[in-house]
Amino acid sequence: MAEPKIRIERLYKIFGPRAESVLGDVQAGLSKHELLEKHNHVLGLKDINVAVTPREISVIMGLSGSGKSTLIRHVNRLIEPTSGRIMVDGQDVLTMTREELIEFRRHKVSMVFQRFGLHVHRTVAENAAYGLVIQGSPLDQAKEQSRKWLDRVGLSGFEDHYPSQLSGGMQQRVGLARALATDAEILLMDEPFSALDPLIRTDMQDVLLGLQEELNKTIVFITHDLDEALRLGDGIAILRDGAVIQQGDPQAIILHPADDYIFDFVKDINRSRVIEAKSVMTRGETVDGPNLPQDLVLEDALQIVSATKLNRANVVDAGGEVIGSISLDQIIGGVARPGESGDQGERYR
Amino acid sequence: MDFLTEFPSMDRQELRDLKKAIDGGFRSFSREFGEALENFFEPLLWFLVWFEKLLRAAPWPLVILVIAVLAWLGSRSRTVVAGCVLSFLAIGYFGMWNDTMSTLAIISVATLLCIAVGIPFGILMARSNRTQAAITPVLDIMQTIPAFVYLIPVVMLLGIGKVPGLIAVCIYAIPPIVRLTNLGIRLVEKEALEAADAFGADYRQKLFGVQIPLALPNIFAGVNQTIMMALSMVVIASMIGVAGLGVPVLRSVSNQYLALGLMNGLAIVALAIIFDRVSQRFGERLQRHREGVDHG
Repeated sequence: MAEPKIRIERLYKIFGPRAESVLGDVQAGLSKHELLEKHNHVLGLKDINVAVTPREISVIMGLSGSGKSTLIRHVNRLIEPTSGRIMVDGQDVLTMTREELIEFRRHKVSMVFQRFGLHVHRTVAENAAYGLVIQGSPLDQAKEQSRKWLDRVGLSGFEDHYPSQLSGGMQQRVGLARALATDAEILLMDEPFSALDPLIRTDMQDVLLGLQEELNKTIVFITHDLDEALRLGDGIAILRDGAVIQQGDPQAIILHPADDYIFDFVKDINRSRVIEAKSVMTRGETVDGPNLPQDLVLEDALQIVSATKLNRANVVDAGGEVIGSISLDQIIGGVARPGESGDQGERYR
Repeated sequence: MDFLTEFPSMDRQELRDLKKAIDGGFRSFSREFGEALENFFEPLLWFLVWFEKLLRAAPWPLVILVIAVLAWLGSRSRTVVAGCVLSFLAIGYFGMWNDTMSTLAIISVATLLCIAVGIPFGILMARSNRTQAAITPVLDIMQTIPAFVYLIPVVMLLGIGKVPGLIAVCIYAIPPIVRLTNLGIRLVEKEALEAADAFGADYRQKLFGVQIPLALPNIFAGVNQTIMMALSMVVIASMIGVAGLGVPVLRSVSNQYLALGLMNGLAIVALAIIFDRVSQRFGERLQRHREGVDHG
């Protein structure tokens, strides 16, 4: 596995005037509730250890108040941590001087915001060019350079409009173009699509996936929506009360939820459309049957396998090599929700 | 029981000595630095005199034309320009042209001075809560202390004339521009600033690229208020030797000339309304970007 692009280690964030002095208590295991009760301080993040793989979309998921927006703001140090380390390409963001930090933000990371964060007094073209202007390019040149990104997100012809003249979805496209225009390797996205209607949201997810296929940026994506997380994420970390409770491959999280909280989260998703063949197959076995791509979802696998005589199929990797086999029983087992069979059995007997 | 009926005040002798000491101290201060201060304000006086002479010597149709053009550039409204031209014609017709030009000169210079000094102070105030806490009471004093009270030290320092008049006007007129610059910057949306931070904007880039542009409507309301307050000081300034519409008003008060007072008073009102409409329209035009198209 590649060296992580961003590595967050033992990160703590406590909000309050005496954060440093209560840090010891928190590290010794004081809970969020006790901290508030005893010291009137709010626990933002607790012992976060996350590694972000380069050129992938890493999703951080949590409900409101879980600390996800606080966490993403630590990566470019919009928020100062109480303790911990944040390494980006082997460099500690927290030891950077003011000037180094400004350079880092200008060239290495860019950001997309939940409420867009556009400058209402600038036109669409000027907003998209903003990062380049801050880097020091003259406005005309910056506009020229950022034009292709406006085209890419489908906003040609709107260059001279003001943000207030655009719909929410279009405003976020401007936000995306602005973030892409600086050519930063890391893209931080703080619930970028949460403020949009479901239909526009799916649209924007497609735009992002299309761009990522081509650009291969390291993206940290925050969301509270599991469907969005599963759709976009190459890796997911789930945050609750300021702590990471499970992280890893999305398939693994669905198949093996770490605790009841995550179980509740994942139980309502349509498993047949999310779980892939490789997650339930028997590795290293070859059978007589058709070949299925490893990332085929179970719903589609079911169609094919149920039509075969032996109710079995091979699973092949991206190169066409057989890596295992899958049976009808395995598919059905994967679609069934774990841990509920007993109750359900009772009810329908 | 004397203690309860008589307020335990300072000894009369001591009080007299205290006042004397303050007076003496200030007098020696003004003797020491009065001339240096006068020299310091020399360029300002020179500019004010030059500007006033220019306005009074220029042919009146030219002056009205320039004012009409400025009003048009500011407001882009035909009604405002027409009202402006008509007012000036009436002022001239009733024999108040020269006094109006003098008043126009001092108000313009006072406003420019207030903007030049007030906006940086407003920016400073917006930078931290501590500077805000330090400057706010000073502004409160400047706005509420009776004008006559600060006329005393100003006249002691600089004598009677245009510069002390100008300073008196500025003391009264500068607080709104400082306050509204501060307020405008503080009201700038957090998201807009955070975005600037995230893209690596430094202090100057944030100030001139985000905070001031977004605060402009408020800053303009401050400029407008400053002009109005400067105009309301015209009569008091005339008491310490500032020429203009205030002089005849003062004369009509002491001699009970109703018509003279009324006419000159109305001329001041006309100036105020012109300044107000032009600067407000200009402020509105600065916010064109806020006129969003309704997109449901």
